[in-house]
Amino acid sequence: MNTVVVLLPGLNRDRDMIAALTAITGKAPKTVWQTETALPPADLVVVPGGFSFGDYLRCGAIAARSPVMRAVAEAAAKGVPVLGVCNGFQILCEAGLLPGALMRNTSLRFVCREVKLSVANAATRFTTAYAENQVIRCPVAHHDGNFFADAETLKRIEGENRVVFRYAEGTNPNGAINDIAGIVSAEGNVLGLMPHPENLVEPEHGGTDGRGVFESVLGLAPAKAAA
Amino acid sequence: MIKARIVVTLKNGVLDPQGKAIEGALSNLGFSGVGGVRQGKVFDVVLDGDDKAGAKERLSQMCEKLLANTVIENYSVEIA
Repeated sequence: MNTVVVLLPGLNRDRDMIAALTAITGKAPKTVWQTETALPPADLVVVPGGFSFGDYLRCGAIAARSPVMRAVAEAAAKGVPVLGVCNGFQILCEAGLLPGALMRNTSLRFVCREVKLSVANAATRFTTAYAENQVIRCPVAHHDGNFFADAETLKRIEGENRVVFRYAEGTNPNGAINDIAGIVSAEGNVLGLMPHPENLVEPEHGGTDGRGVFESVLGLAPAKAAA
Repeated sequence: MIKARIVVTLKNGVLDPQGKAIEGALSNLGFSGVGGVRQGKVFDVVLDGDDKAGAKERLSQMCEKLLANTVIENYSVEIA
C-alpha cells in the first residue's frame, strides 16, 4: 500500500501525518517536495497541515499554485484519493479541487482544542469505517477554519450530500457555515477537513477516533459497526 | 513601464471578523459614528512595456488566478 505526503515550506503537521500513515499501513509514506511535477503511484495522497508559505496572501494560496499541486490535481482527476487536513484543506480549496473558502475564525482567535464531529455522510470512501451521524472526537488547531461558500454553492454541496463532517452541536470552533468541518469533491475522491484525524490514531494519543478516515480510504476498515 | 494598482475587497455578505475588530478598536479610540469597516488588500504592480489594454487584461488574469479568491473577494484594476 503506497501513500504519499506532499511537503511544502511552512507545513508543520507533516511529521504527524507521516507517523500516522506509517502506523496504519505499516509502511512509511513517500514524501514529495513542492517543486516536483509528478507523484509516485499512490493509493492515497495527503496534503498535511501547517502554515505553507507563512499563510502569505491567503492561507494556502501560494501553495495551491506550486508545481506539486498541479501533479496532485492530475492525480485527483484520475481518481486517486486525496486528503487535505487543515492547511491542506485550505490548499485544496485554493487549488479549486474543493469548493468554498476557509476564512478567519469569527472569534479571531487561534483555536487549539478537541471538538466533536458528526459523521454527516458515512457512505464516502473516507468514512466507511464510521456509522452515519456517529459522533467522534477530533483535535483542531487553526486560525482560519471558517468554511464559507456562496448560497448557490452551499445548496449544491448540501444537496449532493458532500458535507462529510460537521462540528457536533455546540462545538463549532470557527463560525463555519452549516457547521461544516469537511467536504468531498463531486467525484468523492478528494476530502478536505479542518480537524486533525492523524492526531487520534493510536491509543497513546488518548483515542483512535481519527483512524477510520485512513482505514476507510485505504480499504483497511473492519466491517461497519451497527449505528 | 506601466504602474497599476489592484484593490481586493471582500464581497458583500461575506463576514469580515477583522473589519469588525478594527471597527471596535476605532470606537475604543473615541471615533464615533463609524458605520462599518471592511478590510481589503492593495497590490501595486509594475509591468514592462506600454500596452495599457493588454496590461489590464493580464492584471485581471493575475487577479482571477492568484491575487483574489473570487469565492469571497472582488477586485478592481486601475492603471496609472
